[in-house]
Amino acid sequence: MSIAFVRTADAPLLPAPPTVVGWQAALRHRFMPTPLSGVASIVVGTLLVWVLWTILDWALIRAVFVAPDRVLCNAEGAGACWPFIGEKLLQWVYGFYPHSERWRVNIVYLMGAVSLAGLLIPRIPWKGWNAIFFFVIYPVITFFLLLGGRFGLTYVETSQWGGMLVTLVLAVTAIVTSVPIGILLALGRRSEMRVVSLLCTLFIEVVRGVPLVLVLFMAANMFPLFMPPGVNPDKLLKAVIGTALFASAYMAEVIRGGLQAIPKGQYEASQALGLPYWKMMGLIVMPQALKIVIPGIVNNFIGLFKDTSLVTVVGIFDLLGIVQSGFNDPKWASAQTGNTGYFALAMIYWVFCFGMSRYSMYIERKLNTGHKR
Amino acid sequence: MASNAQFAVEMKSVNKWYGQFHVLRDINLEVKKGERIVICGPSGSGKSTMIRCINRLEEHQNGDIVVDGIPLTANLKNIDDVRREVGMVFQHFNLFPHLTVMENCTLAPIWVRKMPKAEAEAAAMKFLTRVKIPEQAQKYPGQLSGGQQQRVAIARSLCMNPKIMLFDEPTSALDPEMIKEVLEVMVDLAQGGMTMLCVTHEMAFARQVANRVIFMDQGQIVEENEPNEFFKHPKSPRTKLFLEQILH
Ligand SMILES: Nc1ncnc2c1ncn2[C@@H]1O[C@H](COP(=O)(O)OP(=O)(O)OP(=O)(O)O)[C@@H](O)[C@H]1O
Ligand SMILES: [Mg+2]
Repeated sequence: MSIAFVRTADAPLLPAPPTVVGWQAALRHRFMPTPLSGVASIVVGTLLVWVLWTILDWALIRAVFVAPDRVLCNAEGAGACWPFIGEKLLQWVYGFYPHSERWRVNIVYLMGAVSLAGLLIPRIPWKGWNAIFFFVIYPVITFFLLLGGRFGLTYVETSQWGGMLVTLVLAVTAIVTSVPIGILLALGRRSEMRVVSLLCTLFIEVVRGVPLVLVLFMAANMFPLFMPPGVNPDKLLKAVIGTALFASAYMAEVIRGGLQAIPKGQYEASQALGLPYWKMMGLIVMPQALKIVIPGIVNNFIGLFKDTSLVTVVGIFDLLGIVQSGFNDPKWASAQTGNTGYFALAMIYWVFCFGMSRYSMYIERKLNTGHKR
Repeated sequence: MASNAQFAVEMKSVNKWYGQFHVLRDINLEVKKGERIVICGPSGSGKSTMIRCINRLEEHQNGDIVVDGIPLTANLKNIDDVRREVGMVFQHFNLFPHLTVMENCTLAPIWVRKMPKAEAEAAAMKFLTRVKIPEQAQKYPGQLSGGQQQRVAIARSLCMNPKIMLFDEPTSALDPEMIKEVLEVMVDLAQGGMTMLCVTHEMAFARQVANRVIFMDQGQIVEENEPNEFFKHPKSPRTKLFLEQILH
């Protein structure tokens, strides 16, 4: 018999069977490709429905939406106590900032939101000017506007700030300063100059080896030791500096990870073209290294944003502190007040962090130039 | 001044060590302007190390290297000056993956030579046309074939208007059909009068364009001659052995 074969007629094109296409197939393929994973899907699904239902029941169905005070919220079987949030929300946003001066905070929020949007949305032009405004001019304006005591503005000391205002001041300052300081520390640690590398390594390892709570305590109490006698910097300023330094040490290690992933050839090509050190780092190495570690950087931002809540331990009323202080209000103290407050707070933190996470994924996709190493 | 120097590259009794390992031993080499030199030798013989000393990607410990009249010492200004005049093409291209082909080409002229952007782009276009890929200017390196990437790398070096070009095995990471397109560009460059030092095992290329072939082994220059003599009548037994191996 011959092994030669020649096809004389084309095999017919047939429609795919229902096990391959259609919603039943998709459902089956995703949730129960094997009997075991089918069981797992059902168990997890049931659990999920139960959790969601419990939350929904508490947050909406049994919840109190309108009430003058705690009486309704304290009733047997009552769910979330939303009127409490409604009454306290402005305090969460402005802290103890005097009512008549809240417009100053509004201006700060508004300028920040507008120029941040300008920076983050790629389609909007004038990125350079926007960056100068956001990173240089805006902090100066914010400082004088919030603190006052000059230009005819009444002085509002930082102990009167609070809530979202303090959380954002802390988080944004720490986030914005941690990147450049982290870059310098990472470069320093990898430097061939032994003294520089030793100092940077020492700083990073010491700061990373101490819990943030302790850094905050030490910043609050030990700073004066480094100052001339009688000088004791502002409490909030000390917390800002402590958080920023702490964040920088973490950032430095993330960025160093990125630097390590850059092949030696990139350095050699830059040097062969005559680029001096800082231009090589700024134009070739850093852009690539930072791009690689965007997920790590944003992870740090998110962690940092939430960690600012630790400043309550040194007596600063950030968002968490303000929310908790509201629980003691005799007008509202009820069985559900705490739960409702924490639940709302969790959602606020989550919205910020989820926003950061999604934005970083968007930027990662945008920066992808098709080069996979 | 520098440009009146007699030699493009001058190496006198150059020695270099990696730790205890004596990687370059008593290297003496004079390259005239416009001369084209091919360097070959077994793996690990120090070919890369030698040409990398010429633009100070490696530091020599002993002896003198003078490039276009500029002595290579610890003086950082001299190193910068030399690197401006010397272009280098690497085995693995080393293009900047986060920049487009055009940006790869204009980066150094703009930031090192302080050339206005429009002028740099016009020059880049000229060189991209010379290496026959003007249509790829707006792509990223990751979107090009190996041969195209290497031609971009050559164009990128040329954009600095170098007086000397160094090639370190520019075709050994390429598939056979791409080797040809890169070699064509290099032949064109050689015919344009560029001073070139090429580490390569492309012997046809050596025969066609080299003024001189240098054979290295164990960190030393073992034999040098004009290509015809070098390939027909190698003198040293080590050269004979090496040529037998690569020419079958
Ligand atoms: N950074 C380094 N540290 C220590 N030894 C090195 C280093 N770089 C190269 N060497 C050694 O120096 C020798 C010469 O290396 P070089 O890269 O110059 O060889 P080559 O002739 O270019 O070889 P190939 O054809 O494989 O590229 C080799 O034995 C290598 O192992
Ligand atoms: Mg080599």
